[in-house]
Amino acid sequence: MSSEKKRSQLPLTRRSVLKAGAAGIAAGTAPMIISTKAHAYLNEPKGSSVTLGFNVPQSGPYADEGADELRAYELAVEHLNGGGDGGMMGTFSSDALQGNGILGKKVEYVTGDTQTKPDAARASARSMIEKDGAIMITGGSSSGVAVAVQGLCQEAGVIFMAGLTHSNDTTGKDKKANGFRHFFNSYMSGAALAPILAANYGEDRVAYHLTADYNWGYTTEEAVRTSTEALGWKTAAAVKTPLAQTDFSSYIAPVQASGADVLILNHYGANMVNSLTSAVQFGLRNAQSNGKNFEIVVPLYSRLMAKGAGENVKGIFGSTNWHWSLEDEGSKAFVKSFGTKYGFPPSQAAHTCYVQTLLYADACERAGTHDPCGVGEALEGFEFDGLGNGPTLYRAEDHQCFKDVLVVKGKENPENEFDLLEIVEVTPVSQVTYDASIFGGELGTCNAG
Amino acid sequence: MELSALLLQVLNGLDKGSAYALIALGLTLIFGTLGVVNFAHGALFMIGAFCSVTLQRLLSTSVITLDETKLDFLGNPAKISTPYVNTWFGPDIGNAIIDWSVPLAILFAIPIMLLIGFVMERGLIKHFYKRPHADQILVTFGLAIVLQEAVKYFFGANQIPAPAPDMFVGSFDFGVYIGMNPGKLMYPYWRIVYFLFALVIILAVFSFLQFTTFGMVVRAGMADRETVGLLGINIDKRFTIMFGIAAAVAGLAGVMYTPINPPSYTMGMDFLVISFVVVVVGGMGSLPGAVLAGFLLGILESFASIRQVIDVLPGINNLVIYLAAIMILLARPRGLLGRKGVMEN
Repeated sequence: MSSEKKRSQLPLTRRSVLKAGAAGIAAGTAPMIISTKAHAYLNEPKGSSVTLGFNVPQSGPYADEGADELRAYELAVEHLNGGGDGGMMGTFSSDALQGNGILGKKVEYVTGDTQTKPDAARASARSMIEKDGAIMITGGSSSGVAVAVQGLCQEAGVIFMAGLTHSNDTTGKDKKANGFRHFFNSYMSGAALAPILAANYGEDRVAYHLTADYNWGYTTEEAVRTSTEALGWKTAAAVKTPLAQTDFSSYIAPVQASGADVLILNHYGANMVNSLTSAVQFGLRNAQSNGKNFEIVVPLYSRLMAKGAGENVKGIFGSTNWHWSLEDEGSKAFVKSFGTKYGFPPSQAAHTCYVQTLLYADACERAGTHDPCGVGEALEGFEFDGLGNGPTLYRAEDHQCFKDVLVVKGKENPENEFDLLEIVEVTPVSQVTYDASIFGGELGTCNAG
Repeated sequence: MELSALLLQVLNGLDKGSAYALIALGLTLIFGTLGVVNFAHGALFMIGAFCSVTLQRLLSTSVITLDETKLDFLGNPAKISTPYVNTWFGPDIGNAIIDWSVPLAILFAIPIMLLIGFVMERGLIKHFYKRPHADQILVTFGLAIVLQEAVKYFFGANQIPAPAPDMFVGSFDFGVYIGMNPGKLMYPYWRIVYFLFALVIILAVFSFLQFTTFGMVVRAGMADRETVGLLGINIDKRFTIMFGIAAAVAGLAGVMYTPINPPSYTMGMDFLVISFVVVVVGGMGSLPGAVLAGFLLGILESFASIRQVIDVLPGINNLVIYLAAIMILLARPRGLLGRKGVMEN
């Protein structure tokens, strides 16, 4: 495996400078080249291998999530090249993948560090495209990063297979023809969660939102608010909290006096761990308000966050894209493969990254080319199954996957250190599907570089 | 706005101020004795927090047995962990020991933090005494990054929960003691413990400096290092010990902070900048100034975080400490309790 890995920060050599310069000239004169050489596209693999670029947070607050994404990518590369037990390739409804790389070319990869900063993520993606010849970029743990890198891939002319990004904007107002997202989004979380919340907590509830002050926070608040208000809930207040906030006591303290009886934490990562810890410390879990038990909701859950928050997650509802305890054949195959190799079950971030790699490779095989436009066409409207979420559609209009959504709850009596969330309901895809036009944006046309 | 809401923010401010005051106290001790601006002080706070995590893990070290009746996520017999302390002392006492790992970590952290302080001072910082403050800032900031990355390497980037003992989980109803309706003014037990703990540490440091011969010599050295040296007293050695004590104060602040927010490797940096502002506002080199400014700025920040205030002045909660610092320094250039002559030559 290690021989397959190349470093993304290669020293500048005469060859790489010439290559980058040639790429620049090619980009500048792209229309002319395309008209004279119909099949040319950026980083067309000429040798016996094809290079993928895994752009994940290797430093910064989401480094652990990034490490899990990288494990999944390494596993996917191993399986694509015919190694290991094949994982979900054996359960995938498409049989285009043969275990001989992609279109007969061995899969190699380079990695970049997004640092969970849009600028750093763009720089590492650019380096992998220009210096290492990556033909596809994938990964990431933040919507800000996903939108930035997706834009770069569109300009450069390579495919972007998004990692963990949950904002509506990634496949809404910021969607791009070269970008594809398998992960679910804020709208789907809201649509899946609201009925469960109403069923468990009643329709006469008053919610108080604490919302991380950035793009993902806004779309999540809006989605949960719209869905819950449609079922009769009222919203007492929605307060934005700075992304860098670590002590949430000043925000939590006034919640109970506001007349609310549900606190919704539109927070992710460290924000969620800290705000939930404060909320539990301030006794909100055991409090009474308006004659009802006070409740807390976390719209987007991840196992790593649940681990960080410890006991505090018990009994708290949220949603997730996938969970290792699912019993379908695809999930079982992936958990077995990942668990055998690494000794613990994969996270939802690992799952989406593994699936995205397989979907990309499969699209290349079905299109018979690595050309981003051909691959994009093969992904658009593609219906598949066996990858852990049941029957799934890659919608052509916005490049968003539509599949069932999991509503989960922090487990009261975990049996082991990974057993932190339990699945409460698998919300059918029909309930979370929306019109592609509601979030605006234009896909534009595909760019092959 | 209700009285209870205001009182709640006062309590919050005292709590935030406790952490600021403890870190600023250590910073001032180092600056006042050694004249070094220690940007690695936040990292010492963070290492203290990870002493809690380490002790929790040590106490939870378990013997692993296979349970054939249960299966793990791969379908193999499940591994059952039984902590050694449970085997040695029985489940009741064993679980109680693990439950109390954060308070117990105080005892664990003191020698470790003292040692880290000594090694830091003797191994690195003493070489920078005669160098400009800019050099000291660069080297200690670099050290902070190294320590931070080392902790990340061993513990990962994810936060690790280190909860308070069960008896301190939950909230205390303050309101009923001052005639309010029940549930109007609730405050978490552990945050009250943290505030009281900070007071004890602050009193202990002041008593040590005020009522012991060692403390007297250190104070004399802070006032006039050269003369104390001329009297034949090895003031350098005592200042090294003070560096160790300052590191221990920061470390203990970190140990007890873990139940408030699960520790992560970046937590030191979150406190560092504000603690420097606290030191400057309090008056460079003034220990009472550091404590006073810590609590004052904590309360001010807490009031600025009230929603009604943020609605009128968005973002004021992040700025208020710096705005207050500017105003205080304009009115009193040496800080609240700063004395003439410090940092002025």
